[in-house]
Amino acid sequence: MSVFLTPSDRLRIVRVEESRVETQTARTVFFRDEACLNAKPGQFAMIWAMGADEMPMSLSVMNDEGRSAVTVKPWGPGSNLLCSLKPGELIGVRGPYGNNFTSKKGSTLLVGGGSGVAPLIPLSQELMRIGAKVTLVLAGKTSGDLMLLGDAERIIKPPHRLVIVTDDGSAGVKGLAPDAVRDLLSKKAFDQIYSCGPEKMMRMVFDMAEEKGIPMEASLERPMECAIGLCGICVVGKYLLCRDGPVLDSKQLREVSKEFGFTRLDRAGRVVPL
Amino acid sequence: MAKAAPEALSSSKLSVNIAGLTLSAPTMLAAGVVGITPSLLRRALDSGAGAVLTKSIGLNPREGYRNPTVVGVECGYLNAIGLGNPGVQAFSEQLKNIKGDLPIIMSLFGSGPEEFSQMMPLLEDTPVKGYELNLSCPHVKGVGVEVGQDSEMVSKIVSVVKRGTKKPVFVKVSPNVGNVVEIARAAESVGADGITAINTLRAMTIDVEAKRPVLSNKFGGLSGPAIRPVAVRCVYEISSVVRIPVVGCGGVSKWSDAVEMLLAGASAVQVGTGLATQGYGVFKALNEGILRYLSEHGFERVEQIVGLSHSF
Repeated sequence: MSVFLTPSDRLRIVRVEESRVETQTARTVFFRDEACLNAKPGQFAMIWAMGADEMPMSLSVMNDEGRSAVTVKPWGPGSNLLCSLKPGELIGVRGPYGNNFTSKKGSTLLVGGGSGVAPLIPLSQELMRIGAKVTLVLAGKTSGDLMLLGDAERIIKPPHRLVIVTDDGSAGVKGLAPDAVRDLLSKKAFDQIYSCGPEKMMRMVFDMAEEKGIPMEASLERPMECAIGLCGICVVGKYLLCRDGPVLDSKQLREVSKEFGFTRLDRAGRVVPL
Repeated sequence: MAKAAPEALSSSKLSVNIAGLTLSAPTMLAAGVVGITPSLLRRALDSGAGAVLTKSIGLNPREGYRNPTVVGVECGYLNAIGLGNPGVQAFSEQLKNIKGDLPIIMSLFGSGPEEFSQMMPLLEDTPVKGYELNLSCPHVKGVGVEVGQDSEMVSKIVSVVKRGTKKPVFVKVSPNVGNVVEIARAAESVGADGITAINTLRAMTIDVEAKRPVLSNKFGGLSGPAIRPVAVRCVYEISSVVRIPVVGCGGVSKWSDAVEMLLAGASAVQVGTGLATQGYGVFKALNEGILRYLSEHGFERVEQIVGLSHSF
């Protein structure tokens, strides 16, 4: 028994149940973990790829018949290793940590770029469950870079809407996510915007949301060490993304306007451009 | 139990004077915990901390260890962050943006007298109120406790730092030494203005399923409730023999922990891991609890209970 350590804070070692191919290099890694089953859309877990790194990752699946998952693109030693793991191999899990997107009824616009679409899949499901109207923009560089496309196509049926955007036009609309958002905003009224993905993309979406007076929630990403509010590396403004985030609302995004889309701390605590 | 009125929190009952610094409350943010940007330091002060310590800063920029750098165990947390810091020059630049007169104490680490003497001239224009020398980090080679376990080395380091500043200098000591009292005495003898006791205890955890050490550095420092009795013992022993103030650090998360430290001889307490379990509200909760204790036990000021347990 421990009164100090909560069940979600304890490190658990679990087996990879399935590594599903998303793109040529990206994978959705499924595992069974009791604490993650109760996570809310937008929350993240610390995933330990043993011997390489432990990384904060939004859960792309909370509870699919008892399985949870993260969707990961290789970009460094930890994510490279995670993408190469086979079923049966071990990973470490801490969390879920952080806050979550707040589901609102009405007409909602979800904007996901790259692996940032991960938390927007369970968020879409949650929004549809409470009766909101969902438009999901799913963006990637090329048709081969679209993450969680199968899940999005399976989940999002009319009257809900899935808008595919690629830089090169190899699938869906040609252009960048903010272009598609600008187009959608000019044609239709939205009550709420949610976004996760490259921060510069989210910043552009936020600036449009502000212009139109539409509330927005954005899930930000920063390097993290502890995930429990001690190391300070995930700071944005006065907020710790591990505790106060990763989801910030319009008021908070305005407060951190000088950093949002521009700078972060590196692992040495130096301010560096994004 | 009557709750203290909010205005009472600014009461002079809580204020303490330590090494020439007047603090509004005897609770501080411990070094190495969130104090990496002015915004986070200010947030701790706005939350009721009487003073805040920065992350430990060294001469050169340094990335910490690879993750995992923090993991929870039944009785506390283990960390081997690895003294990641932007270096004294970049950090001083950041601190210069701070507006107002704030009780910020800068934590410094170094490999010996030469490194500390190189750092001091780079610091004089920063708005910090004092320094705390990290001679006690248990998980980085060549610094921390590796220099802080030798009382002669401690004397040399404290001497060069004192020569380089007029501001008060605290020395943070480790329980991982032969005789912590001897280290504290060595620091005092060359002019240290206060002792902070204690840093984390060198420790390790191995996951039985993974069959491997969890921390990438294998070894780290144990913090949290497990080390509080060790900290109380060190505070008691050190405050019995030195005249300079002792600041208690180690496992303080609720008001009774803080009062215990004060009774043991601490003039103030620092909070690190308590921030993870209690959030920023921990400072206000501690201050309110200390104030309530003072009222209920008929004391007028915090200073009246400092070291009270020594009379038995």
